Amino acid sequence: MSARKVRILIAKPGLDGHDRGAKVVARALRDAGYEVIYTGLRQTPEMIVEAALQEDVDAIGLSLLSGAHLTIFPRVAALMKEQGLDDVMLFGGGIIPEDDAPALKQAGVANVFGPGTSTQDIITFVEQEMARRK
Amino acid sequence: MELTERILKADRRALARAISLVENDGEQAQKLLQEVYPHAGQAHIIGITGPPGSGKSTLVSQIARQYRQQGRTVGIVAVDPSSPFTGGALLGDRVRMRDLAGDRGVFVRSMASRGSMGGLARATGDAVTLLDAAGFDLVLIETVGAGQVEVDIAREAHTTLVVEVPGLGDEVQAIKAGLMEIADVFVVNKADHAGVDQTVRALTIMLDMNSAACSWTPPVIKTIALHGEGVADLIEAVDDHWAYLVRENALQDQQRIHAQNRLTRVMRRRLFDELLAKIGPERFEETVMQVATHKIDPYSAAARLMNSKTQGS
Amino acid sequence: MFDKEKLAELRKRHEKWVDGTLQKSLERAPERADEFITVSSTPVRRLYTPLDVADLDYPEDLGLPGEYPFTRGVHPTMYRSRLWTMRMFAGFGTAEETNARFKYLLEHGETGLSTAFDLPTLYGYDSDAPEAEGEFGVCGVAISSLRDMEVLLDGLPLDRITTSMTINSPAAVIWAMYIVAAEKRGIPRAKLGGTIQNDILKEYIAQKEFIFPPEPSMRLVVDTIEFGTQEMPRWNTISISGYHIREAGSTAAQELAFTLSDGFEYVRWAIDRGLDVDAFAPRLSFFFNAHNDFFEEIGKYRAARRIWAREMRETFGAKNPRSWWMRFHSQTAGVSLTAQQPENNIARVAIQALAAVLGGTQSLHTNSMDEALALPSETAARIALRTQQIIALETGVTNTVDPLAGSFFVEAETDRMEAESREYFHRIADLGGVLPAIEQGFFQLEIADAASRYQWEIDQKKRIVVGVNEYSGEEKIGIPILKMDQQGYDRQVARLREIRRTRDHRAVSARLSDLRQAAAGDANLMPFLIEAVREYATLQEIMDVLREVWGEYREPVIV
Ligand SMILES: Nc1nc2c(ncn2[C@@H]2O[C@H](COP(=O)(O)OP(=O)(O)OP(=O)(O)O)[C@@H](O)[C@H]2O)c(=O)[nH]1
Ligand SMILES: [Mg+2]
Repeated sequence: MSARKVRILIAKPGLDGHDRGAKVVARALRDAGYEVIYTGLRQTPEMIVEAALQEDVDAIGLSLLSGAHLTIFPRVAALMKEQGLDDVMLFGGGIIPEDDAPALKQAGVANVFGPGTSTQDIITFVEQEMARRK
Repeated sequence: MELTERILKADRRALARAISLVENDGEQAQKLLQEVYPHAGQAHIIGITGPPGSGKSTLVSQIARQYRQQGRTVGIVAVDPSSPFTGGALLGDRVRMRDLAGDRGVFVRSMASRGSMGGLARATGDAVTLLDAAGFDLVLIETVGAGQVEVDIAREAHTTLVVEVPGLGDEVQAIKAGLMEIADVFVVNKADHAGVDQTVRALTIMLDMNSAACSWTPPVIKTIALHGEGVADLIEAVDDHWAYLVRENALQDQQRIHAQNRLTRVMRRRLFDELLAKIGPERFEETVMQVATHKIDPYSAAARLMNSKTQGS
Repeated sequence: MFDKEKLAELRKRHEKWVDGTLQKSLERAPERADEFITVSSTPVRRLYTPLDVADLDYPEDLGLPGEYPFTRGVHPTMYRSRLWTMRMFAGFGTAEETNARFKYLLEHGETGLSTAFDLPTLYGYDSDAPEAEGEFGVCGVAISSLRDMEVLLDGLPLDRITTSMTINSPAAVIWAMYIVAAEKRGIPRAKLGGTIQNDILKEYIAQKEFIFPPEPSMRLVVDTIEFGTQEMPRWNTISISGYHIREAGSTAAQELAFTLSDGFEYVRWAIDRGLDVDAFAPRLSFFFNAHNDFFEEIGKYRAARRIWAREMRETFGAKNPRSWWMRFHSQTAGVSLTAQQPENNIARVAIQALAAVLGGTQSLHTNSMDEALALPSETAARIALRTQQIIALETGVTNTVDPLAGSFFVEAETDRMEAESREYFHRIADLGGVLPAIEQGFFQLEIADAASRYQWEIDQKKRIVVGVNEYSGEEKIGIPILKMDQQGYDRQVARLREIRRTRDHRAVSARLSDLRQAAAGDANLMPFLIEAVREYATLQEIMDVLREVWGEYREPVIV
């Protein structure tokens, strides 16, 4: 009853309108028992981080298919630091070439999921990270 | 507590953390509330309830914007349902409040109902206390909107807005049974849809029939939340209601009733928790099974459990 | 089509077969699954016989190719006369880079151009706008002014090729740029051929690249339809698209039903404008997805033609047979591509493309194997084009018209598609039509449900994706990935600043204020847009004027 509930923000930054992945992941996380805050399309990094702060989330998941991940993901990570959200886990998904993953991880993104990832993999990852960070 | 200090200075991160604490309950939360509570009691608390998709979130966003233009700060708690099966929740009200992003005079918090019925979460009242203590001039609460009559909101809010949409027609009579008592202002949103005037008329007639008892007759306001139309009128009605509460000394009565409710709820919960701890979860579970299989009736079972003094059997 | 007595006989025989032959076989060799489903999660029966299409009326339901109801194709000879147009979607970075890619594709036998624009362009922002940060040239080419368009089209034979442009909210502005760029080279607008996608309804439903609220957006679309009807007889002013609806996760039937509903909505609006249905309907074109489920897809295309013809004739009273034609472009399913073992995508694309061809497509884009990873590289794009050429020239499927007609299964799928679509038409009508249904989030929720179900089936292994949840290995990616020219952005911004500095400022503001006035009234905006772009008003300047007058749309959230 008083167990700590894990809260996750699922956000869709950038201009592209492909919210299929974000919605599928949001629903899957809900079905796995998480409280998911969904913020809708075209969120700026500032909006995302401010929402994460107000909602006191444990993790932020970004979905981006436009290819602007190298600009946007690190920007979110930097703003998180600025706001003191160091303990919040950041992960992302979309069309992200494997070559870009190291740079994103360097910037503070815990993991990136490409097309064809099963939602179970994402859930398992979130579970492990949450357990590790306790 | 350091956290308390920061909340009173309206530190957003501290406030966010504190809301999680009260949501998750526990000793720390009690201590926090103990410290914060004396500082609350300043905000005008406004509840917004109505059927799913009636435009509650859109309205909340518009109301907040209008108050912001007057320079007043706004805290928002938006409640959505938790899944009874998995405990998970998909909280989507923020999407409609996008226009408020970037305004530091606004704080939005989504909340899952976590098994509570009646349209609010158990900790909604505590979250409102925190926002209140942090100095927000107004606190808006959006209820779940699960379809059933959500009267709990009236126990937390000074002013309760009941949102309807056109096209209810004959159903109005049936549905409104419980809402009639709690509404301080009726909003007929989506006034751009056909049938607004019928809905307004139906509500007005019913209000006329009910109005004898009290001195405040809920106004019926038409809005198109999508475009902000009618929101100025709505704000005026809300402010009128507040003025009425103050003028008629009704505020004190209301606060007494709210306090009584809250105290009763807390005591009930504590009594139950203490009792459960004494009985032990296994024994409780066992008895549940006996009731479920009709080996014993719930009344005798309760009597037996409540008489037991020690844990185990 | 079938003799009643013979059917009755068959029914008896079928029953016997079930109890006898089948039963025995199942005992020995049970089936691999309890249920076999299509990509759209619809069950497929073990066997199809005349019993499944007993009501089929050949002349009514199928007819002959080139004749009503066009189930078998819009042309009597189909690919025996002319192959489909092999049109490869291309665009990235600056106009120079995309122009070079266009020339490369034309040299390799492509027969029509297809332009992808970057996201800032699709949202009506100039390349140097803050909103455009990180998005420049990533998903397509950046076009911020007439100058960019001139560079994009440089040296291309605009009077001989047709150009398709995938753009929606700002479609009218980009079209205006195309028209002016051609006219400046001495090619009159009446000679220009091509397509603008211009399908705003599916933006609200699926792709979400909308700017304005639905009503003014629809007015702008009708402005283009009207203008095209009067001045540009070779131009398709709209490509009513199911592609993105499907990519967003819909089923095949939803793709079909929602797209057709959108089509009917445009027809209604254009008729309300006072246009003669037979004047504009022949220029309406469609765009469908070619997904994995071979027979379901073929059924979808065939049903699409039949429903469109019937509705145009019966409901909208069109008399010109060309108004009854459903002509469509198709593209293989981007969502079906896997990042894992990307070479496998070549096989997927080939089979999807084959379905589009057997469904009678008028033009086709085949995806490149690397598109789940990045923008297509030149090699990958060439293989994709070669795939079409192999289908066209080596397989023999083009030798006869609609070769799968009469297959019990294909006809049953075609019927199912029509029935499911009609069911949706009723539901949409009950909600008050397409716009109210959008506002209530009806389409969005239907699609999100289907998408979740699809993913769930994959996660549960009820659906196998080779290389992903079966036969997966840690193979490394063996294909080269396109990297963009890093200096492109700087060049683009420099060009934009140069234009803003050197153009006739008075003329620009005069044209923009004319536009503002026209937008607030109800004149056709095309002439105003043409005059504004001619003076090098930028895309964003123009779109900002419209934003100011019409406001911006926020979607109903449906998760
Ligand atoms: N036509 C019209 N649509 C409106 C109006 N107000 C809100 N909407 C739309 O109604 C839909 C639901 O609005 P919300 O604000 O999310 O409604 P809600 O009551 O908060 O919904 P839940 O939280 O899901 O119960 C959205 O698509 C809004 O855009 C209005 O005045 N007119
Ligand atoms: Mg809401």
